[in-house]
Amino acid sequence: MRLAPVNSVASLDQPSASSQLSVRHVTKVFPGKKGLFNKLSGKTSRDFVAVENISLDIEPNTFVTIIGPSGCGKSTLLNMIAGLSPISGGEILLNGVPITGPGPDRGMVFQNYALMPWMTVEENLRFAVETVDPKTSPKKRDRILKEHIQLVGLTGAERKHPHELSGGMRQRVGIARALAINPQILLMDEPFGALDALTRGFLQDEIERIWEQQRKTVIMITHSIEEALLLSDRIVMMTRGPAARIDEILEVPFPRPRNRETIEQHPAYHALKAEMESHLFRETRAVEAARVGG
Amino acid sequence: MAVTNATPGLVTNERQESLLQNENVQAFGLFMLSLGLFLLFWEVGARAGWFVKGVPTASETLKEFWWWVTNPFYNNGPNDLGIGWNLLISLRRVAIGYILASLVAVPLGILIGISPVAYKAFNPYVQLLKPVSPLAWLPLGLYLLRDSEKTGVFIIFISSIWPTLINTAFGVASVDKDYLDVANTLGASRLRTIVKVIIPAALPNIVSGLRISMGIAWLVIVAAEMLLGTGLGYFIWNEWNNLSIANILVAIFIIGLVGLLLDSLFAALEKFVAFGRNS
Repeated sequence: MRLAPVNSVASLDQPSASSQLSVRHVTKVFPGKKGLFNKLSGKTSRDFVAVENISLDIEPNTFVTIIGPSGCGKSTLLNMIAGLSPISGGEILLNGVPITGPGPDRGMVFQNYALMPWMTVEENLRFAVETVDPKTSPKKRDRILKEHIQLVGLTGAERKHPHELSGGMRQRVGIARALAINPQILLMDEPFGALDALTRGFLQDEIERIWEQQRKTVIMITHSIEEALLLSDRIVMMTRGPAARIDEILEVPFPRPRNRETIEQHPAYHALKAEMESHLFRETRAVEAARVGG
Repeated sequence: MAVTNATPGLVTNERQESLLQNENVQAFGLFMLSLGLFLLFWEVGARAGWFVKGVPTASETLKEFWWWVTNPFYNNGPNDLGIGWNLLISLRRVAIGYILASLVAVPLGILIGISPVAYKAFNPYVQLLKPVSPLAWLPLGLYLLRDSEKTGVFIIFISSIWPTLINTAFGVASVDKDYLDVANTLGASRLRTIVKVIIPAALPNIVSGLRISMGIAWLVIVAAEMLLGTGLGYFIWNEWNNLSIANILVAIFIIGLVGLLLDSLFAALEKFVAFGRNS
């Protein structure tokens, strides 16, 4: 159930052959303001090390959740995997090939949905599909759109614009768009962070249902312990930033398909939950203390 | 059960009340009342000699107004032209200058907005030229073009280019980073990102810029035409020389009305491209 902290495992220098995504000694430094011009205007600042020496191997068809105190570099790590943010040190391999930039092999779900307001639900999906493969025949394309709109339960809302939809429905479109390009890995950056508690619970159930159908590799960032326990196979717990590391990786042994009532009956549930709570509590308290002290 | 029975009655009651209590109805009532009082004050004041000598009464002015709008298109030479012709002349100048300005300002604004370096490099020009009064360009226009018609168009062009340019560049430069990230993760080409994402995302800003430019163009044409001959501005100047205050008032009202119509057109367009966004 418990693994040793990955950072200290020397054998990780060679990624395991079965891993789909391999994060190897990755460091992210946001350069500070330097140089003569900034020195003259007194605006120099020091480099900021967001994450330091992170290593992580993700097997195919696993649902991985990254959890940690706010400002710990979770989003930075995800953006590096997405290719949106350059890597300062180390490398990230996808099927053994280093990631150099964004690409359609990774589908991204954004916290604020990031739907184009001027496009209808269908047009948002079509934009994604046509961008990734302009040569898709109209017939095949329409079938893909229809399938994915159906998958997230939005049939009938195809011609609506995002501002006519609720937050939960918008994020369904976001998920459908990310899946419509048939990525190898789905990246989700706090996908339910902007939703109210009821909608969030409902969408979590939906994600569980969709995941059972497709079993794509998912990397999701979250703040919610219950969400992580309901959805993931592995939970990556990160320490506070700056220079955030992976503290511990938990294996979640609950059988699938899951639902929130039955997993609470599982003998391991409460131990895992307590473990995560104490970790998050400890890290968050340290963050607050550092803020007061600094 | 009693509650459900009572509810429909309550609703109809509210509806009957709301007709008199409706904000729009109230506003319209207040508008009509103030207008009536104003016209009354004007009429009485002009008759009683409260104002300077020669101020026409409200009824005279309305009569003139009616005459001008019922005889818009007659032509007795350049100094006695129906107001419809003058209006069309002004609109034509505005249209040519404004469309030319937009054709320059929108593409240039997009180019400037896309590149942060270009944005910073060209900003000083824009900031320096934007606050210059359009009429300051008039002598320069006359000297360069040696033609009053072209000078009018030139002044409209030079004064209506800035708001569109600034708003377009701003809109393009401040496109939500999430939209760009979406395009990036999908591997969209630069051209596709610009055409499918950046321009539609900036469209509300572009249209706002076009709206402000149109307002300015309409403001400027009247002033410019006073010095050029023909058009609504010249009409006012000509009636001033005739000392026909009533006709000046008629022209002012028509200029305001046309400006209002043009602005509403762009307001509708803004709404059309907003898709739930505010600006």
